[in-house]
Amino acid sequence: MDAFAYVRAASIDEAVRAGGASDTRYIGGGTNLIDLMKGGVEHAGTLVDITRLPLADVTTTEDGGLRIGALVRNSDLASHAEVRKRYPLLSAALLNGASQQLRNMATVGGNLLQRTRCHYFTDIGFAACNKRKPGSGCAALEGFNRQHAILGASAACIATNPSDMNVALAALDAVVRVRGPNGERAIAFEDFHRLPGDTPERDTNLAPGELITSVDLPPNGFARHWHYLKLRDRASFAFALVSVAALLDVDNGTIRDARIALGGVAPKPWRARETEKQLAGKRLSVEMLAAAANAAVADAKPHRDNAFKIKLAPAAIVRAASIAGGLA
Amino acid sequence: MGSVAAIATCAALRESAAAESGAAAPNTPRAKGAAPRAVRLVINGRPHDLSIEPRVTLLDALRDYVGMTGTKKGCDRGQCGACTVLVDGRRIKSCLTLAIMHEGAKITTVEGLAGERELSPLQAAFVERDAFQCGYCTPGQLCAATALLDELRAGEPSAVSDLRSAEKPAPTDAEIRERMSGNICRCGAYPNIVAAIRDVAGNTRS
Repeated sequence: MDAFAYVRAASIDEAVRAGGASDTRYIGGGTNLIDLMKGGVEHAGTLVDITRLPLADVTTTEDGGLRIGALVRNSDLASHAEVRKRYPLLSAALLNGASQQLRNMATVGGNLLQRTRCHYFTDIGFAACNKRKPGSGCAALEGFNRQHAILGASAACIATNPSDMNVALAALDAVVRVRGPNGERAIAFEDFHRLPGDTPERDTNLAPGELITSVDLPPNGFARHWHYLKLRDRASFAFALVSVAALLDVDNGTIRDARIALGGVAPKPWRARETEKQLAGKRLSVEMLAAAANAAVADAKPHRDNAFKIKLAPAAIVRAASIAGGLA
Repeated sequence: MGSVAAIATCAALRESAAAESGAAAPNTPRAKGAAPRAVRLVINGRPHDLSIEPRVTLLDALRDYVGMTGTKKGCDRGQCGACTVLVDGRRIKSCLTLAIMHEGAKITTVEGLAGERELSPLQAAFVERDAFQCGYCTPGQLCAATALLDELRAGEPSAVSDLRSAEKPAPTDAEIRERMSGNICRCGAYPNIVAAIRDVAGNTRS
């Protein structure tokens, strides 16, 4: 790992001041950043240690939702009594990610910023990666692309967002709060992560120096009808080939509102909006779910090794929504 | 047997290399970089004053600067679990964190698990159940399992727990396997590792 300077921030203001400098990165849990720095993928002249900032609380917001401090560890959030009771989907998604050791280290803010696990991005032995080195090309397009995106990708990048937590937060319509040199702002979850387009090097819409302070959840956690389904190459400690966060509001067998978010298929946590639209107002049945699920992959573009996701994703939606709705 | 012997040799080489570097230049950075800083780590109840660069991981601090080589370096990238230690009672991967971030924390390594004269119940169960072959992953397995027992006692859920239930998860084989998924054993001692943990968790096979 290249040498760097280390600063321990004593306050949020101090962190934001230090974090505004070029070549400076915040470090929280470190599980992704240190790994990528060891591999020569990420570089930093200075690391600002934010782990002692007062951002590790879970509190209730004015509207009755939940405010999750950016430094709450993934394991603590998954076990948190209010999260388990009111937002069980989020607990389930967190517990399906990584291993206990990593969940004990990883923060909520860091998980939001988790970078892709595309082999061509994480291994600098491959020259072509537009995300790592803009303009260098994309080795995954002609390479081993089993884990890659079928939705939302571009000719420049087909990498997927690896986070399970993000899939749940997308379904829950979370809001990301950040503090930067110009003060605070709130970012709707849908607007937080970016599609690659011509600039795959930018994963998010965070401005330089901005520090995530919290993730806010709206009051409705869909705690009655939910399911998180993760499909992967081994039973545990692996990234998703396809994952589905399903939330249903069911009234007497009729779907009033549906939220379907997908992981493992797109460069960002992917809301299946057309599927959601088709589910709203319908009587809950497996046949109806199957028809609506297909809409999620209408625009899918497969690559050599990942065409199976075009069948797997709708099947996973049917399975997750069936369990959420009590059909399975 | 050949591959097991190779692993054992590999482990021995790592140990001797660490011992040599420690003997030649204790508490000295090995490569040119940022200025070393004074860092006090409290390991197994004892303070250790080190002079280390910020980039030194907790794992390297333990092995190469303190000279405690019980904690093992496997992949060094957070994937194998051999470097698992406890920080303030919680299991973490010491390869993916900086030593300097843990000033003031209570660090427990495999060297700190046993009592004065006797093995911890888990260590004894690992011996009883023959829960290892080459032993390289064992320190990480033991630290991870020690924390696992605390997590079960606290009622923390896992990915295979019934999140709709208010009951504490039972230490079933499925729970133990899921909760130990961050520790890889190349020798494949998994069934015996699960059995050892099950013995201490006080559960019959389910």
